[in-house]
Amino acid sequence: MHPVTTEHYLALSAGLLLIGTIGVLTRRNIVVILMSIELILNAVNINLIAFSHAWHNMGGQVFAIFVITDAVAEAAVGLGILIALFRNKETVQADEIDLLKW
Amino acid sequence: MLDTVLFYSFAVLVLGGGIFTITRRSAVHSAISLIVSLLGVAGLYLLQAAEFLFAVQIVLYVGGIMVLFLFVIMLVYLDDAAHMREFNRQWLVALVAVTVVGAELGYFFHRGAASFHRVAYVLVATVPPAAGNTEALADSLFSEYLLPFEIASLVLLVAVVGSVIMAKKRI
Repeated sequence: MHPVTTEHYLALSAGLLLIGTIGVLTRRNIVVILMSIELILNAVNINLIAFSHAWHNMGGQVFAIFVITDAVAEAAVGLGILIALFRNKETVQADEIDLLKW
Repeated sequence: MLDTVLFYSFAVLVLGGGIFTITRRSAVHSAISLIVSLLGVAGLYLLQAAEFLFAVQIVLYVGGIMVLFLFVIMLVYLDDAAHMREFNRQWLVALVAVTVVGAELGYFFHRGAASFHRVAYVLVATVPPAAGNTEALADSLFSEYLLPFEIASLVLLVAVVGSVIMAKKRI
C-alpha cells in the first residue's frame, strides 16, 4: 500500500468540497443547505491542517481555529434568520422564498 | 501501514457521511450523517498530530453546532417538508457546474503534483516536539495572531447579538 501523502488529504478535501457544493446548489431545505456549508468549511480545515503538518508550521492550525470560529458564527446567525423566516413565511424551502423575484 | 488503513477508513467516514448528508430526505437523518462526517474529520486531525483541533472539533462541532442544528430542526420542523421535492429545479445545471469544477481541481492536482511538498504520514512522529501541540498552538495564537484572535471574539459577539435579534419576536 502506498504511504499517505499530502496529496491524499488534498484530494479528500476536494471531494468533500464538491459534495458540499452540490448540497448547497441542489437542496431545497435551508437546514440542509446550512449543513452543506459546514461540510465545505470542514474541507477547508482538512486542507489547512494537511499543509500545517507538511511544513511544520502552526499557522495552519491557528487559521483552522479561526475558520471554526466563523463556522460557529455563521451557523448561529443563519439559524436565527431561518427561525425569523419560518415565523413569517411558514416555509423552509429555499426556492419558495422569492420576495425579490420579479 | 496502520496510518494508511486509518486514513482510508476515516476518508470513507467523511465522504460517506457527506454524501448521506446531502441525499437524505429527512433533515434529522442529514444531521446524523453530518455528525458521522465531522467525526471522520476529527479522526483525520488526530492522524495529523493536531490533537487540540481534534478536541475542538468534537466539543464544538459535534457537541455544539449539531445540537444547535437539531434544536432548530425541532423548532421549525414541518412534516410535509419531508414529503416535498428534495432537490430544486436547477439540479442538473448545478451538477454540470460542480463536475466542471471537479475536473479543474483534478487537472491542478495532475499538473501541480510535483510542487507539493510530499510528506508521508507516519503515526509516530520522527522528531518529538519540545512542547505539546496545545502549547505550540497557544504560543502561536497568543503572540503572532493576537490581534486576529481579539477580532474573532468581536465577530462572535456580533454574531450572538445578531442571532438573538433575528430570532426574537419583539425587540
